[in-house]
Amino acid sequence: MKPLRSIKVSPVHDGPLKPGRLDRREWALTLPTIIWLVLLFAVPTALVFLIALRPANPAGGIGEGWTLATLKDLMQPAYPAIIWRTVWLSVVATAICLGLALPVAYYLARLSRRSRQWVLLLVILPFWSNFLIRIFAWRTVLHPDGWLKQGLVFLRLMPEDATLLYNSGAILLVLVYTYLPFAILPLYAAAEKFDFALLEAARDLGAKRFRAWCTVFLPGVSRGLLTALLVVLIPALGSYAIPDLVGGPGSEMIGNKIAQRVFSDRNLPHAAGLSALLAMAVMVPVIVMLLARRDESKGGGRP
Amino acid sequence: MKRSRFPFVATTLILVFLYLPILVLFAQSFNDARFGGSWNGFTLKWYKLLFEHRGVITATENTLIVAVTATLLSTVLGTLAAWALHRFQSRMQKVHQVLIYGPLVVPDILMGISLLLLFVNLSVPLGLGTVIVAHSTFGLSYVAFVVLGRLQEFDHSLLDAARDLGAGSWTTLWRVLLPLLWPGIAAGALLAFTLSLDDFVITFFVAGPGSSTLPVQVYGMMKHGQPALINALSVLFMSATFGIVLASQFLLRKRYD
Repeated sequence: MKPLRSIKVSPVHDGPLKPGRLDRREWALTLPTIIWLVLLFAVPTALVFLIALRPANPAGGIGEGWTLATLKDLMQPAYPAIIWRTVWLSVVATAICLGLALPVAYYLARLSRRSRQWVLLLVILPFWSNFLIRIFAWRTVLHPDGWLKQGLVFLRLMPEDATLLYNSGAILLVLVYTYLPFAILPLYAAAEKFDFALLEAARDLGAKRFRAWCTVFLPGVSRGLLTALLVVLIPALGSYAIPDLVGGPGSEMIGNKIAQRVFSDRNLPHAAGLSALLAMAVMVPVIVMLLARRDESKGGGRP
Repeated sequence: MKRSRFPFVATTLILVFLYLPILVLFAQSFNDARFGGSWNGFTLKWYKLLFEHRGVITATENTLIVAVTATLLSTVLGTLAAWALHRFQSRMQKVHQVLIYGPLVVPDILMGISLLLLFVNLSVPLGLGTVIVAHSTFGLSYVAFVVLGRLQEFDHSLLDAARDLGAGSWTTLWRVLLPLLWPGIAAGALLAFTLSLDDFVITFFVAGPGSSTLPVQVYGMMKHGQPALINALSVLFMSATFGIVLASQFLLRKRYD
């Protein structure tokens, strides 16, 4: 390959260039964003891990020297419970989102091009409204004086003194509501490319409808499923506003604790330690995804 | 083969689920009662109170200043980055790509806290400036992502043709490349703008006193009473974003026909 690289690429050619050439124009185009993102993304991310090892100073800042005190604090029994709740709420919300998004993606992909655009727009539109407003809307719906609660009590489906708000159930509901469009879009993109003749072939060969769907359609959209899983799971793990506004004191997630350490306790190293933990939790699904993609391209599976 | 009706029914129910809370919010904003239990008659008083609310007005101004500045910065940086990523394939671009995708993957709260730690470490005072810098950081990644998508279907022979016909680099850039990339750049900028309007978590961490944006203001009002005012504010805010999205949808569709 070496001799090929040394062939001089004519300066008038503007397509992707061959690797191995660093020219001044590349530096000029690349440096602004590299500098910006190193300074404002890479360095701050590294700081999260470093500051977890610093002592807190009483004025709410970061003290001198190094300490393992924060790491020891994170071993306290209160934390594993919060971490466990964060993980299970996020995983269950992700599973529900995928389960609801699958039939929608399937339906969209089978619509005619024209109506598809409109239904897709209908699905995405609420997701363009402000995220806090959507949470607030649910607070109105679930409010103890709201019509939903009154209706359920009237129908004797729930006792008078129970609440719909401020518990894990409310968090789960709003997580699903918020991230459902995130799951629908990648699944729809995958379903759109799926060859539906395969499903009909499976039916012709005698498979029952549900079985054909599970063994032909699901593997066919596996890539979309994987993407949908990531785009729901990662923000769900880091949620802060949802548990803060519809959850109660007994249903806190890691995000709540991070914000508490920053805004109420003014203990930045502690907040950094918790954030480092969250960062590692987020890394797990990302690495799994990268490995899955690599296997896929190595194993010569579907493109 | 007869098709199952299940996907249709499921989609309809999910659309009801998606719109139900929004419709309740719309109705509530015209309800004379403070809470949603009963309908006390139609009123516009919440809207009137809203326009007299000091905090809301300042927050709206802040939101617009931040969104416009951050959109400009992130559109320029993001477009340059997309062009570099598309045009060169060196090792530097691999690093570049990882850096660009980073802010898209990391949860908001991590981005918020990491920027806060940076600003505290450098003793940068928190204010509108820090909010603008934070919004530009995630905005540029989204712009680069959208523009890069457009570039993948870009016909490079058009640039060669322009050169062959005697156009210099600048002429090619201004008269051929930018006009052709324009829909992609506009879509990226629009995304950056709406994301900036929408962001709560990152802003909450890096905003100082007096630099609250609308979402931060809404959060404060949610925490400390005034639910009826938020209904009205939400309806206005939502109508504005829906308007922008529908308009852009309409404009982009026209272009293709």
